[in-house]
Amino acid sequence: MTRSEVAYDLAVVGAGPAGLAAAGVAARAGLRVALLDAGARVGGQYFRQPPDGFHATRPGALHHGYARFVRLRDGLGDTDVLLGHRVWAIEPAVGGGFAVHCLKGGRERAATVAATRLLIATGAHDRVLPFPGWDLPGVMTAGGAQALLKGNLVVAGRRVVVAGTGPFLLPVATSLAAAGARVVGVFEAGGRFTLAPRALTRPGKAAEALGYGRLLARHRVPYKGGRAVVAAHGDGELTHVTVARVDAEWRPYQGGHETIRCDTLAVGYGFTPQLDLVAQLGCEIGADAAGVPAARVDRHMRTSAPGVYAAGETTGVGGADLAALEGEIAGRAVVADARGVPAAAHPAAVRTEARRRRLAAFADALLRSYPVRDGWTSWLRDDTLICRCEEVPYGRVKEARDLGAADARSIKLLARPGMGWCQGRICGEAVARLAGEAPGPPRRPIAQPVRLGDLAAMNERTSDDDA
Amino acid sequence: MTGASPYRLVGARPEPGFEIRVDGRPVPVVPGQTVGAALHAAGIRTWRTTRFDGRRRGLFCGIGVCFDCLVTVNGEENLRACLTEARPGDEVTTS
Ligand code: FES
Repeated sequence: MTRSEVAYDLAVVGAGPAGLAAAGVAARAGLRVALLDAGARVGGQYFRQPPDGFHATRPGALHHGYARFVRLRDGLGDTDVLLGHRVWAIEPAVGGGFAVHCLKGGRERAATVAATRLLIATGAHDRVLPFPGWDLPGVMTAGGAQALLKGNLVVAGRRVVVAGTGPFLLPVATSLAAAGARVVGVFEAGGRFTLAPRALTRPGKAAEALGYGRLLARHRVPYKGGRAVVAAHGDGELTHVTVARVDAEWRPYQGGHETIRCDTLAVGYGFTPQLDLVAQLGCEIGADAAGVPAARVDRHMRTSAPGVYAAGETTGVGGADLAALEGEIAGRAVVADARGVPAAAHPAAVRTEARRRRLAAFADALLRSYPVRDGWTSWLRDDTLICRCEEVPYGRVKEARDLGAADARSIKLLARPGMGWCQGRICGEAVARLAGEAPGPPRRPIAQPVRLGDLAAMNERTSDDDA
Repeated sequence: MTGASPYRLVGARPEPGFEIRVDGRPVPVVPGQTVGAALHAAGIRTWRTTRFDGRRRGLFCGIGVCFDCLVTVNGEENLRACLTEARPGDEVTTS
């Protein structure tokens, strides 16, 4: 085992709403807690903060629920916050607990953190679907455009189209518009986000979405359902997109096409939980309401691996409110388990459990309302890249299928999509869908690319320790 | 861009910036910004060409997932521009 650092009672990976809440609960209860995050500031994707160098006097202007973020951040107690730590592997340590292997700082030095228990709260990233021209500069993920804005105060472009599916497109469009971009349209491939049925289940959310409606109107941003960006065009950089009217399966209607001039397309088809670490730890992985892989947990957020907890989008995409609540529940369970008392005995357990169920039901309803429909494959042409890293066009994927590759794995071996730098994080789901499979859990030996030197250094340290 | 701006929105009073050099060109940075954000803000939206077809790439996912944004900083290769905080004097080269 690597013994280089202090041993913590709990290492939390990911400082978004779930990780912040969990770390705070555990630290305030007296546990020694390390909170690790790859970013330079806490908050995760949702509460991403601009650098201190901007001296923002209204940092909450870009966030819903900023006050809650401040409470979470200020409630961390004695938590050791380890920023700029990218966790690339976690191993069970000899004699119990875990060794969390990180690359530290922007310029990558290796470090190891030892902890008795682990909470994985690594969030999610945008799901994107390939379409002709999606690799032109100027096409970005919706979350990427948000990250540029929230984290760097840079507006992704001047004339922006927002497209994809799901209610997340709305805050992206409204914040870009508020920050000065001309948002020429929001195109939702599914039905427009209407609130009537859901307003009953979750009044707070309805108010939030109505707020977006007002903001869209104020900035004169058209919001259209049943429309998809089916192609992006430009000579070296994006100059316009083709928007098609699509049917319920997302197949374009004949003739319902419109060309829209823009320098930026922010596109997202929902989110994919980042499961590399839970998969690496051997935790059981199930599926969320939309059939997307997610860590399976009990009602105290324990995974199937002893000592490993998961919260937030890791357990299924559900948004910041649910993530923070799951973090709180996980933090309490860690404290209870560390003390050998039943987690269900906590005085707040019943109330939080009821609230969690309500939020989870709402999240599931959203996931079911905004699934990816099969018609997206009709947007592809033979020369459309499926894998951006290895530059594998759709034609080669079809060839592999014609050669008898019947599943995603065989397609990958024959045509090499998903074998490049990103290890299939971007195209994996599309390849699975093209193979007619449900997207599967990741099988990546490491969660971040590591230099061979760092691996060697770790091995040396490990064997020194063994000796 | 006139009128609305992200700075006005959050009431930012940025510290004096610094410059980095990207393939020899000076690019301004507000302290704390990533290399990728600084490039984007300077209107440079593409800085890498792909191995096979020489396709141009810049920021795509913006959060360290896609590896489209790779740069070399002070000789250190294959850093993700969207994650790497710019520092005074950085020499960024692209391929
Ligand atoms: S833009 Fe995707 S890794 Fe940097």
